[in-house]
Amino acid sequence: MNEVTKIDGIGSSVRRTEDKKFLTGKGKYTDDINRPGQVQAYFLRSDVAHAKIKKIDVKDAQSAPGVVGVFTGDDIAADKVGGPICGWVVPCRDGSATKEPPHPLLAQGKVRFVGDAIAVVLAETAEQAKSGAELIEVDYEELSPVVDFENAGEGAQIHDEVPNNCYFDWELGDEKATADALSSAKKIVKLRVRNNRLVPNAMEPRCALAEFDNLDDSYTLHTTSQNPHLTRLVLAAFMFAIPESKLRVIAPDVGGGFGSKIYVYIEEAVCVWASKKVGRPVKWTADRTQAFLTDCHGRDHVNDVQLGLDENNKIVGLRVDTVCNLGAYLSAFSVVVPTYLHGTLLSGQYDIPAIYTNVKGMATNTVNVDAYRGAGRPEATYLLERTMETAAREVGMDPAEFRRINFIPKGAFPYQTQVALQYDIGDYEPHLDKAMEMIDYSNFEKRRAEAAKRGMYRGIGISSYIEACGLAPSAVVGALGGRVGQWESASVRVNPTGTISVFTGSHSHGQGHATTFAQIVADKLGIPMENVEVVHGDTDKTPFGMGSYGSRSLASGGSAISKAVDKIINKSKKIAAHLLEASEDDIDFKDGKFVVGGTDKEKAFGEIALAAYVPHNYPLETLEPGLEENAFYDPTNFVYPSGTHIAEVEVDPATGVVQVVDWAACDDFGNLVNPMIVEGQVHGGIAQGIGQALLEDAHYDENGQLLTASYMDYCMPRADDLPSFKVGYTTTPSTVNDLGVKGCGEAGAIASPPALINAVIDALSPLGVTDMSMPATPQKVWKAIQDSQSVAAE
Amino acid sequence: MGEISLKLNGELETRDVADNTLLVDFIREHVGLTGTHVGCDTSQCGACVIHLDGVSVKACTILAKQAVGADITTIEGLADGDELHPMQEAFHENHGLQCGFCTPGMVMSAVEMVNKNKDISEDEIREGLEGNICRCTGYHNIVQSVKAGAAKMGGKN
Amino acid sequence: MYSTKYVKPNSTTEALEAIKSLGDGKFLAGGMTLIPTLKQRLASPDGLVDLSGCKLDSIAEEGETLKIGAMARHVSVAESAVVKKVIPALAKLADGIGDRQVRNRGTIGGSVANNDPSACYPSAVLALKATIHTNNRSIAADDFFTGMFETALEDDEIIESISFSKPTKANYVKFPNPASRYAMVGVFVAQFGDEVRVAVTGAGEGGVFRHQEMESVLSSNFSADSLSSVNIDSDGLISDLHASAEYRANLIKEMTKRAVV
Repeated sequence: MNEVTKIDGIGSSVRRTEDKKFLTGKGKYTDDINRPGQVQAYFLRSDVAHAKIKKIDVKDAQSAPGVVGVFTGDDIAADKVGGPICGWVVPCRDGSATKEPPHPLLAQGKVRFVGDAIAVVLAETAEQAKSGAELIEVDYEELSPVVDFENAGEGAQIHDEVPNNCYFDWELGDEKATADALSSAKKIVKLRVRNNRLVPNAMEPRCALAEFDNLDDSYTLHTTSQNPHLTRLVLAAFMFAIPESKLRVIAPDVGGGFGSKIYVYIEEAVCVWASKKVGRPVKWTADRTQAFLTDCHGRDHVNDVQLGLDENNKIVGLRVDTVCNLGAYLSAFSVVVPTYLHGTLLSGQYDIPAIYTNVKGMATNTVNVDAYRGAGRPEATYLLERTMETAAREVGMDPAEFRRINFIPKGAFPYQTQVALQYDIGDYEPHLDKAMEMIDYSNFEKRRAEAAKRGMYRGIGISSYIEACGLAPSAVVGALGGRVGQWESASVRVNPTGTISVFTGSHSHGQGHATTFAQIVADKLGIPMENVEVVHGDTDKTPFGMGSYGSRSLASGGSAISKAVDKIINKSKKIAAHLLEASEDDIDFKDGKFVVGGTDKEKAFGEIALAAYVPHNYPLETLEPGLEENAFYDPTNFVYPSGTHIAEVEVDPATGVVQVVDWAACDDFGNLVNPMIVEGQVHGGIAQGIGQALLEDAHYDENGQLLTASYMDYCMPRADDLPSFKVGYTTTPSTVNDLGVKGCGEAGAIASPPALINAVIDALSPLGVTDMSMPATPQKVWKAIQDSQSVAAE
Repeated sequence: MGEISLKLNGELETRDVADNTLLVDFIREHVGLTGTHVGCDTSQCGACVIHLDGVSVKACTILAKQAVGADITTIEGLADGDELHPMQEAFHENHGLQCGFCTPGMVMSAVEMVNKNKDISEDEIREGLEGNICRCTGYHNIVQSVKAGAAKMGGKN
Repeated sequence: MYSTKYVKPNSTTEALEAIKSLGDGKFLAGGMTLIPTLKQRLASPDGLVDLSGCKLDSIAEEGETLKIGAMARHVSVAESAVVKKVIPALAKLADGIGDRQVRNRGTIGGSVANNDPSACYPSAVLALKATIHTNNRSIAADDFFTGMFETALEDDEIIESISFSKPTKANYVKFPNPASRYAMVGVFVAQFGDEVRVAVTGAGEGGVFRHQEMESVLSSNFSADSLSSVNIDSDGLISDLHASAEYRANLIKEMTKRAVV
């Protein structure tokens, strides 16, 4: 790690440069932008879950006040516009491919979930568009809805292309070796866990503003995206068959994403299409209800786990059978999330000699399910850490000790797991030890006894997680079915006055890249941070990029910037050598100065920058003028953050209310660039994990109606639901990138749910409670207590 | 329709609006101050919190016509020129914001809360933020920010 | 929101004239329920008659009662020195309604007239033997609430004020719905000498109700322990995503215990 020589260099908690605009109301989100002559779009959506469309009558809508146009799936089909694509597919056990049904922009003959778009109405105002849509008559032939994904195979077929409503049936690992290991195990711990369905709920609802310029046949789309370049790629290449140069995508300030803004949704595509159709800019802003109904949801798994132990309580084998709900259509990363982002993580932090997993991805009449903060890794961590705690309890070991004896030992890295990944580096005992110290684990029983005197049940729960992030080597991704590259790009432009413009393909929607990336550049070049400007989110300004998701921005995007800066330094050395009449090999670069080794001859970075653009004394025969470098960084491996979170809770037996009373998180993210920002990411992740474990649950009824479609029924974590968090770190720098960084964005959401549920079960263990599903709502906890008491009474 | 006038961040604003115009739309669409946000349809997220005659209200749940003659402050009117309000400063220093979308409402709620109770405790802050939802920060740093802001505003905690 | 007319009269007389002239009009008090309803297009009144200009927001002690104007906002009741002195439980209730922005706008009259089954105020009205004064009559609390979202009010009747009887002792304890924060169960217990009234909100299929058995038990022995023998029947209680009728029954007993201090 670089020495911290500057107050704003790598490793210092610099206050964010982007804050001021947000704090003064000057942030520019998509909905804050308007274009002269724009029309507003409103989507008529299906209010039934599964039906054939017999007839759509738009006549009255077309003549409604203010209505400019009404379009249906037929209009889209007539223009031969394609739909969203699946960005990653997997092979099935039987050798067949993932079933990929088409996803039309507007329904064509059938609707498949409540919220499926049937028609778009364009009008002068949003209210007029909505009123117009109310006049559209849709004649349905209702079909039996498929909601229960575990039994979706027996339900009505949703897509002709998807027999038994099964998109894929995938496996990973050695089935026979695992079966052998389990059959020879001294003890097998069995557990069935459910990973509840969540709604991402970025606070900014999705929004799109598209305009068509008929002078050069080009489009501009402002949209709420985590990766504007991918949006451009999908829209240009797969939907409209136009050159990328004819579509500019701008994702300005974006109010949170958490995965839900990775994908290209039908609404933004329809806006782009319609902007040419009506020759006016088209704007669409989701309200929260539409967000609930149409943003991709997350999680929704059921996992059957079998963990085999030998006589020393060492793990000998693990089998996990998973069924997951992917919803009505395959979204961009819906297939990879429960497979390669889930199955490959099943070894956790443990040395497990045999692992096998099978995952079935099911179609249902619910909205698409795709990545949500953590994406596959929280599901893997949840099932594994629940099972570890259950196993420890069943064999009578302290759960910390049980984990400790099964950890991959420090000396075993690089460690090849039985599920494809090779962990480059890690050291797991230190973060377990530190988290235990932070929460005062050794005195927990005293606190439990004290709580009992107050009539409260106190419990403690551990979760030791690992994640693979920094998505990742393109070649590996490609070999596993990915259809995109997974590099990141950067362009670093040194301006003649020595200021720097950094153009990154990563996208910030809360992560503070403008600060973190500027710190890297300032630190490496020895210049003040305020001289560095970070530009992102506009396909016309930045080189091609892959956007932000999967905790990849620093490990991939930051590394690309670092590489580009290295190129700048190398070229600058050549210029300095010329100016200082020295050999390039003799030039040292330190603290922003190029020095001839062993002399006091030096040139400041600013002087080099000026010389590059005013090349009056310059080696023009061998070196181009100017000082701007591009870099594409394709990592050689994932990075593997790990850590231990410990939750402490109190349960009120009279009401079932679980109060989170303490939280210790100790994470190994490798080197930290801005610890303040990292800590904020950890806090946010934990809060979302606590939300999943205690509060949040997307619930469809048997007819496929989403009952939790507003904040009246979907329980978002509020300030008074949560405690303050204790956050600490251990450090094993990643060997994969020069910065030694891993990723921190998802860790909290991955680690926290099992810690919390383990703590609830621990609290209720004196009553004989051994299981608890998420979310552990007051009602559910109270019922578990009642049931345990009636069992005890029998 | 009808003409209405109200004071917005110290300026008298007069506009012709339909009777069903929400105050938040008046502020965002008619006057063009887009710092006040809309994040839900059920008056719960608090992204639209402003001050109306000194008290915090959700601008999505008031008609513009209900605010005739009122004195309104939005996030744009909080700072004194280039000098941030102490609460804005505290959010910056304590990393009390990430994506920034909930931030204007959060800050406006915090300012009113502290105006009423300068010696506010952590529990009171958490309860006081019931009407503001943040998805990014886990509230930890928001609570720290409000505490620090209260101290800057003369509180003793 | 569908288009609608907005008028702001200066007295209840003018308000009554306005509502008559509008056809299908609605009174607008704090708007905390009505405006979200309109935004979601769940209602389409011809016009809204804003009562905030009708000078109905006074709070005063009147003999054996505490009289609160219908347009008194929750924050005013919560912070009122008179309310805190005379019926502190009522101030506590008002201080716990919704969030601070709701309390800054919402009114007692709006809440009582709407009779949302999970609103807090109806329980206080019922337990504190309140009288609802409208523009043309006074209605006893026991006759006022007639079912979920239903009251004895006529279409063109305006609540002007509510008089609460001063209890010997009173308390309100709420168990909020974790998502909406409305009362999933709220219990208002009021003691008037030997008489005890227990009103439950958030739980009944027919809206707020009194629990006679707990009232009689508490009348003879005003202690939390005395409630242990009471069986709360779950028949007629709301069962929804967040709480079954059985769980609500448990909460009714538990919240009542906590209110009896």
